[in-house]
Amino acid sequence: MGRAFDILSKSRMVSRPSSLEFIEAIFDDFFELHGDRHFEDDLAMVGGIASINEIPVTVIGIQKGHSVKENVSRRFGSPNPEGYRKVIRLMEQAEKFKRPVIEFINTSGAYPGKGAEQRGQGEAIAKCLYVSAGLKTPVISIFIGEGGSGGAIAMAAGDRVWMLENGMYAVLSPEGFASILWRDPSRSSEAAELMKITAEDLIKNGVIEKIIPEPEEGIENNPEYTFNILKDELIKEINILRNKPIDQLLSERYARFRKFGEFEE
Amino acid sequence: MKLFKKKNYIPIGRNIPRSNTAEKSAKPEMGVDEPIIPDGMWVKCRHCGGLVYKKEMDEFEICPKCGGHFRISAKNRIKITCDEGTFEEFDADMVSKNPIGYPDYDKLIQKMQQKTEIKEAVVTGMCKINGYKTVIAVMDSNFMMASMGSVVGEKITRAIERATQMDLPIIIFTASGGARMQEGIISLMQMAKTSAAVRKHSDKGLLYVSVMTDPTTGGVSASFANLGDIILAEPKAIIGFAGRRVIEGTINEKLPDDFQSAEFQLKHGFVDKIVNRKDIKEALSVILKFHSKKEAAFNGQGF
Repeated sequence: MGRAFDILSKSRMVSRPSSLEFIEAIFDDFFELHGDRHFEDDLAMVGGIASINEIPVTVIGIQKGHSVKENVSRRFGSPNPEGYRKVIRLMEQAEKFKRPVIEFINTSGAYPGKGAEQRGQGEAIAKCLYVSAGLKTPVISIFIGEGGSGGAIAMAAGDRVWMLENGMYAVLSPEGFASILWRDPSRSSEAAELMKITAEDLIKNGVIEKIIPEPEEGIENNPEYTFNILKDELIKEINILRNKPIDQLLSERYARFRKFGEFEE
Repeated sequence: MKLFKKKNYIPIGRNIPRSNTAEKSAKPEMGVDEPIIPDGMWVKCRHCGGLVYKKEMDEFEICPKCGGHFRISAKNRIKITCDEGTFEEFDADMVSKNPIGYPDYDKLIQKMQQKTEIKEAVVTGMCKINGYKTVIAVMDSNFMMASMGSVVGEKITRAIERATQMDLPIIIFTASGGARMQEGIISLMQMAKTSAAVRKHSDKGLLYVSVMTDPTTGGVSASFANLGDIILAEPKAIIGFAGRRVIEGTINEKLPDDFQSAEFQLKHGFVDKIVNRKDIKEALSVILKFHSKKEAAFNGQGF
């Protein structure tokens, strides 16, 4: 088993702390808000207001469960369009009240369901990217586990993107990659190595800015270790970003994504 | 003498019309499901399953039997959309590198370039449509199912940025199987890059018309394709985010034939109007005309 595949397995472990656990541990007075104001409340997406070091922030996260029952109600962390519309609603609310936005990502991808298509999964993700691009408040995203495809980048289009040591982020799952391109899902381990999905790979090409370390004994055995480091880093970064003039923040955000592409002419 | 050399045969019978099988729409990313017959005299209509004698078809490439729209090349699309002699191409020679070292990616690209006579899956430029000046981008599904990698993302972003600089509208004919998997995460980044460019163009009060053609799916549907001020679609185009087979596998249920069609999207409120290919130029020029009279617009200072 290769290194990338080992990380892929860790990133998917049911025992990894969920977004809500990160939120409860790092922030104070989390006040959860529900619903997208259009159709329903998507339990795969959680969010609300909280404070960190006395600064009010908007926190949003894709929520996986620890039990089968919880995972069924939260669709194993695969949001419907309502989840992404909840993100849009909370981002715009944060902009209005000048609160920084912190997003936690942990998903294999947006939910591929019938209703999701009827209610515009593509449009919801596209609008998330569009709103993020011009949001007049800082946005920091953290990959805490899996990060798959359009359903992940919808929430990783802000000023900073960080990843836990055993997180991953890919255009699609290595299983999907192997079965579509090679018609052989059994080659997923090989695909994982080729696809450059680990934090170490992604910091090299600028897809992420920071790797948040995990304890040697496994994050599930000592989550406080990672929570504390992440909390300190967030306090530092929020102070840097909230003091930037908004025009500079937005033009740096544009440049952050503008640079991606490998071509010659 | 190569006169009797065996040609590549196209297994026409395999391409069964959509109504007969759920497998049909699978894997548009592979770029091989549409029969391009070498020196072909006959093409098969994916809508009615009928064989069409190529010379019977006019420049719009519409099935004379059922009115179904064939997938049209970017070159031909430009010919039927732009005023003659007005199209000036941008970035024609841009080619992709191989960001993750995908085996034989360069060979695959070369093969596609030979097949399609274009360098990548989108052609961008500036033109006039019934006299109205606009920036235009046309995706070409013959090139790796117009999947979006570095070049598609960069050319579309530059086209939008040029429109923003020049205060021009942008029209994008979308068609895509989604992100270019062979380029790994860099292809996913193109979604954020193109969407951010649309946002800047829009914030300047400029018009973006998206014309969704068959197929508009995956990462392209989840970025610029769905961000038009006005969204048109061609009849029966497949438009959706997730692949049909993936959804059927998830919900363990067979989906109706019209699922993710242009008509389905119109019904659910994600498309403004379905326009026959023959009428698209006219529709675009009407839309461009509405947005060209800046002096008649409400200026916030009373009439």
